Amino acid sequence: MSRNEVGRALRPDGATLHVTGRSRFVGDLPLPARALVAWPVQSPHARAKVGAIDASAARALPGVAMVLTGADVPGQNDTGPVRHDEPLFPVEVRHHGQAVAWVLADDAPTARRAASLVGVAWEPCAPMLDLDAAIAAGSFHTEPQWISRGDVEGVLAGAAPDRELVVVEGAFRTGAQDHFALETHASLAVPESDGRLVIHSSTQHPAETQSVVARVLGIDLNQVVVQCSRMGGGFGGKESQANAWAAVAALGAALTGRATFVRLDRDRHMGMTGKRHPFLARYRAAIGRDGKVRALDLELYSDGGWSLDLSDAVMGRAMLHADNAYRIPSMRVRGQVVRTDRTSQTAFRGFGGPQGMAVAEEVIDRLARAAGLDPHEVRSRNLYAAAGEAGTTHYGQEVGDDRLRTIWESLERSSSFATRRAEARAWNATAEASRRRRRRGIAMTPVKFGISFTTTFLNQAGALVNVLVDGSVQVHHGGTEMGQGLQAKLSQVAADCLGVPVRSIRMMPTRTDVVPNASATAASSGTDLNGGAIRDACATLRDRLAPVAASLLSGTGTVVDPAEVTFAAGEAFAASRPGATVAFAEVARAAHRERIGLSATGFYRTPGIWFDRGAGRGRPFAYFACGAAVTEVEVDGFTGEMTVLRVDILHDAGASINPLVDVGQVEGGFVQGMGWVSSEEVVWGSDGRILTHAPSTYKIPAATDVPAAWHVALLPRAAQAGVIAGSKAVGEPPLMLALSVREAIREAVAAFAPAGTSPSRVDLRLPATGEAILDAIDATRAAGEGG
Amino acid sequence: MPRMIVNARINGEEHELFTDPHRTLLEALRDTIGLTGTKEGCGTGDCGACTVLLDGSPVNACLVLAPEVEGKEVITIEGIATDNTLHPVQEAFVNEGGLQCGICTPGMVLSAVALLDRNPTPTETEIRYAIAGNLCRCTGYDKIVRAIEVAAEASR
Repeated sequence: MSRNEVGRALRPDGATLHVTGRSRFVGDLPLPARALVAWPVQSPHARAKVGAIDASAARALPGVAMVLTGADVPGQNDTGPVRHDEPLFPVEVRHHGQAVAWVLADDAPTARRAASLVGVAWEPCAPMLDLDAAIAAGSFHTEPQWISRGDVEGVLAGAAPDRELVVVEGAFRTGAQDHFALETHASLAVPESDGRLVIHSSTQHPAETQSVVARVLGIDLNQVVVQCSRMGGGFGGKESQANAWAAVAALGAALTGRATFVRLDRDRHMGMTGKRHPFLARYRAAIGRDGKVRALDLELYSDGGWSLDLSDAVMGRAMLHADNAYRIPSMRVRGQVVRTDRTSQTAFRGFGGPQGMAVAEEVIDRLARAAGLDPHEVRSRNLYAAAGEAGTTHYGQEVGDDRLRTIWESLERSSSFATRRAEARAWNATAEASRRRRRRGIAMTPVKFGISFTTTFLNQAGALVNVLVDGSVQVHHGGTEMGQGLQAKLSQVAADCLGVPVRSIRMMPTRTDVVPNASATAASSGTDLNGGAIRDACATLRDRLAPVAASLLSGTGTVVDPAEVTFAAGEAFAASRPGATVAFAEVARAAHRERIGLSATGFYRTPGIWFDRGAGRGRPFAYFACGAAVTEVEVDGFTGEMTVLRVDILHDAGASINPLVDVGQVEGGFVQGMGWVSSEEVVWGSDGRILTHAPSTYKIPAATDVPAAWHVALLPRAAQAGVIAGSKAVGEPPLMLALSVREAIREAVAAFAPAGTSPSRVDLRLPATGEAILDAIDATRAAGEGG
Repeated sequence: MPRMIVNARINGEEHELFTDPHRTLLEALRDTIGLTGTKEGCGTGDCGACTVLLDGSPVNACLVLAPEVEGKEVITIEGIATDNTLHPVQEAFVNEGGLQCGICTPGMVLSAVALLDRNPTPTETEIRYAIAGNLCRCTGYDKIVRAIEVAAEASR
């Protein structure tokens, strides 16, 4: 494969459409004639039995076509993606705002008004809204999973008399996070005259949406086509949770014969769909006086909400990342998904990884401060080596290279970490005397993120590449575009695989009838998997075209061997015929005349990965994506306000296919992670209602919240063997670079301890909102005064 | 409620909008005229996705009632490029990678255009405050800020 297009900072696919307002999202599609709009009838209770539904007043409203209830479902009344535990029309509601019926009307205002007229005989019962109470009551979705290595009990039990070891124990919680894709969930189902349904859905997983629609309608998969041209942000929120709305639209279309449109407005979107899982971690850990972590015993509980959704896999990934980048010789992790009466928490960029890694950083900091050691030094001392015992994770996979150390040392230098930390400390030391309310903190954290779906069979992809007789190319694959730049990167891959310029490549909308059975665009895998499939299809086409090109290149007395034909930059040429070229378009035309197929499918499956869940052992990841970040913050001791002053990032994207796109992923991922650890707090009321229901009450970072001093670099000379074009997945890993924000805040909070003292622990909630920061400062001051 | 007719100049063309008096400008633009470049992100004026220019000033179209634009000039994202030539702000967003999923982009571009119209030489802080009401969940904003700086440079 040549590298004419790959490696270039190609603009994102559709950029010109976006800036001119011409790009169409599902909600922008022109509605077919007589289309219906759906609106939900929602539960005002977090838990209640659903008695009689009286829709007579709603049906009587002019413009109302139908009120959908459970009785209308011809197939299975269920949309669960893994376990079938999600009734689309429940007989018992399990979270506040859950839909029990849907009104179909000529327009949204009419449907909404009619929905308010539907009477439901609710029989409320006491909801389970508290994670700890649910654990105590044994309310779980799953049996516990385990990963264990070494003699954790032995180390921890033997630790007390051993003066060389310091042991800590505690509990730590991470908060929920709303995806807040600017585009809310939307689906448009259009009935075709032959009985098929075509569904335009804002979904990261069209094949699963297709499958759920077919299940609800009780029809074969071949009767349903799901198309996703683009999403206005996904972040995992549209991996499984786009399915229910598509099923409602499909049901409406199937029963009325009219196109049906479902779009959740912001309040319904945030009130009805899942978040990043809140976690509770209980831990015991030990560190030696030498700064080496010896043991970690960890219990993880996630709040899965009302249904299982993808929570089991999310917990699995959290457990596989509870080491972050640190070698912990004796480690035991137990994980279990808790059932509560809240929205069904779901995939969100990092997929449990952020929670697991936040716990790792919490434990490292606790251990370091308890032992009177420098947390930065402890991080550095415990980084994984490349191989051998010191480079093997708790589940038995070798890290494989020493990029973690390379990145760590390189970023320490490029960010002037030591100097700036000394400066921040000097600034803090004079703060009291200068009557400054603020303190500064600087911290550096690493990221090691495993790439591949941990459910091994999902690591497959298909593609279809069509060469047209004019030499232009259409590329289909199973991945979906949600702003991550997948189409741009894959167009570069296709261009170089075929040896044509990228302007010859047209990336096509994702459709289940063109590339079937595709996995979700998730787990950062879009480019790796679909790129592999496209490369395969292009190789087939090149093999077919090479003999055609060879005969076109052969001249008097020279016969060109197809094996020596090279395709590049829209031309074919051969070493034995220097100077002679033939245009790709001419080769395509000649091949067509010779009755050679110009269309090929491709397939890819990630080699060499496996995981034995029962044993908690395996090689679940094709490789690890690594990085590190240095963040410097300032914290106000009077208001709790936090300002990020500067961020330095060095991230490993392999040999980047598109640095513009990849750096964009790093920056965007970091800021999203920064929101999770700082300003974004999801709050549920005591009745189970979500109180942070819109941007009025839920604070994602704005342009004024992100640092002006922003130094992002990709690791140079970083080609990754065995991955498409030597690149590395970059969608999720950068989010966890933002753990450096939290650790920097902790450093700043520690600086509020009375002069000359150094706190033996600094507790900080996640998210570290202004309120949480003030609480942490108060506790630090009180502890310093012997309180 | 009886429907009413609202006269407004939208992207340089006179329009007669036949609308319910309680409909928002956002709904009128999207549903009545079919200008779907103006997006609804929250519907409550907190995200900026529906930003349009009303007599040159950026407003959230979800907070403006359609009758309020009687006799006024409305510019939407569809009215920024001239004769198939991108506005310098649009050009810079494309070239600098100041967009990802694209759904906040129309509002973001219009806030930037409004800023440069009244302040052709903004500081970085002024740029950040000008787009503080436009939420973006994808980019982390840095490339957007750079794009506006580049556009300001190019417009000089």
